Amino acid sequence: MSLLSIRDLRTEFQSPSGVARAVDGVSFDVAPGEIFGIVGESGCGKSATCRSILRLFGGAQAKVAGGRILLEGAGDLAAMPERELAQVRGRDVAFIFQDPLTALNPTMRIGKQIAEVILRHRKVGRTEARAQALQLLRDVHVTSPERRLDAYPHELSGGLRQRVVIAMALALRPKLIIADEPTTALDVTVQDQILRLLRERRDSLGASIILVTHDLGVVSQICDRMAVMYAGRLVESGRVREVLDAPSHPYTRALLAALPGQTGRDEELTPIEGAPPSLISPPPGCRFAPRCALAQPRCREGGPPPLLSRKGLAAGHLDACILNEAADAAA
Amino acid sequence: MILAILKRLLMLVPVLIGITLLSFLLLQIMPGDPASRAMGTRASAEELQAMRELWGLDKPLWVQYLYFLRDCLTGSFGVSIFHKQPIITLVAERLPYTLAIVAYSTVIALVIALPFAILAAANRGRLADVAIRQVFVVLIAVPPFWLCYVLILGLALGMGWFPTGGVGEGLLENLHRLFLPSLVVGLSTAALIQQSLRAALIDTMQADYIDTARAKGLRRREVFLRHVLPNSLISTISIIGVRISWIIGGTVVVEKIFSAPGLGSLLIDAIVSRDLPVIRGLTVFFAIMVVLVNLITDICYALADPRVRLE
Repeated sequence: MSLLSIRDLRTEFQSPSGVARAVDGVSFDVAPGEIFGIVGESGCGKSATCRSILRLFGGAQAKVAGGRILLEGAGDLAAMPERELAQVRGRDVAFIFQDPLTALNPTMRIGKQIAEVILRHRKVGRTEARAQALQLLRDVHVTSPERRLDAYPHELSGGLRQRVVIAMALALRPKLIIADEPTTALDVTVQDQILRLLRERRDSLGASIILVTHDLGVVSQICDRMAVMYAGRLVESGRVREVLDAPSHPYTRALLAALPGQTGRDEELTPIEGAPPSLISPPPGCRFAPRCALAQPRCREGGPPPLLSRKGLAAGHLDACILNEAADAAA
Repeated sequence: MILAILKRLLMLVPVLIGITLLSFLLLQIMPGDPASRAMGTRASAEELQAMRELWGLDKPLWVQYLYFLRDCLTGSFGVSIFHKQPIITLVAERLPYTLAIVAYSTVIALVIALPFAILAAANRGRLADVAIRQVFVVLIAVPPFWLCYVLILGLALGMGWFPTGGVGEGLLENLHRLFLPSLVVGLSTAALIQQSLRAALIDTMQADYIDTARAKGLRRREVFLRHVLPNSLISTISIIGVRISWIIGGTVVVEKIFSAPGLGSLLIDAIVSRDLPVIRGLTVFFAIMVVLVNLITDICYALADPRVRLE
């Protein structure tokens, strides 16, 4: 039984040059208590995917154009009217944004910003909400929390601010926490602390986490399962160990080859040649084919290939490579 | 905070020395003899000479400047040749009217600009936004004297809803009587505020912390009133500050048409009658007001935005 089940999600962004399908037929499941990682290059649609769940697109002209977002106990979020979805936000599903420097209101005190989410969903008074905010700051290991309650965001460091954002996200013990690159804007030592904190809170609250990142190191450090995204579609998914140890899609392999490993100093890094395709008019067939070293003519035909399980891969390890499809058919 | 304010007030000193020097020297270049203007064309040479001695116009320039400085420091700002009264008395008579216009027109401007800025920002790029922009651009472009006459002809003479000008007794009567002049001044202020607030609102609506606010589950109205509007209004403070500095001395046309005694018409009358001490004194007074309004603007800024500190 999964907590979140996304089926054939399609999200469109209006841009001056046309409609961009940032998310184009994405399906995945997140189990209760699981940390699910979504990785990919900038602009692959990983952020758009998780923003679609709560329909938070910033100032962008974007909409969920199709598919279902089934949240256990709440129904289809994609079909939910805005007013109803507002009840789900913060209470059942919380969001942690990438940049803690801009994610907090600069003119509102920290305590008030945390209390706001409690006051919205719980029938408690201001004093009680403030007391809960204080406890939340303690839970995320903010030092001298009493003093921080009355601080403004600019008076805190980046790491502290991200802890405040996390405290806010945890306030109502949501079932699902979506973290969109939560450590990208922080320095490495703080990154590690924040990841540990996320895992620790997952362990004590039992929430599921969707973690969006471009950093495979982060995925291998704390995720249980993962999906690799390219040009608006998932190309591979499965348990983190299986995907990273035995990547089956050429794009995943290329991503790993482009990373500095632990083996030696002088190893050769292999960049992925070319650039991701346009999301306004994507190429036919496999979207990675134009950059893929193994691509055959049949890779550039028909619609985009679906995620499928393969012979020889562990159960639940899926990929969307046309060549693997053919290999399966031959076997 | 208090210390910073005192520091800023201290900075008034060099500004004032500069302003007094500049206004004093500039007026020396101005053509026309104040003594003959004051005495009329039939005054004899002896009478004119006596007049010049009385007003110190026969002294060397630097002595005249020191007299002027003394007048500024004692707070009288000099004595009017025409009115034979200390300039501060003339200012005190007219300041209430000017301040009333400042306050009244600013309130009117906010009442007009706020809803239209919100409406335009919410409908960015759509018909409502474009239409509102066009109307406000016209409001900025329309010359005030024309607007004054249209309002007088339509609402005062035509409908008989408002008096055509002057000053009345008491708050209620003046709210009524000063409405039209305040409206004329307020409409262009409204246009300035509407444009800058619309831009600020659109900017703020795209900020990350607005997504954070929505992610908390806040309703649209709550997000707007608690997060979007307060952060957008901060930039409006400086617009209002600049505008108020202008209104204090710059509403001559409105004052003349509505036959109301403000500081602007005092200055124009002084220029026409070559009342040098009044021109000089008022220039210094306006400079002080501008500096003070700027200081108050900065204080408001520091109070509204915790990231800003008063230096």
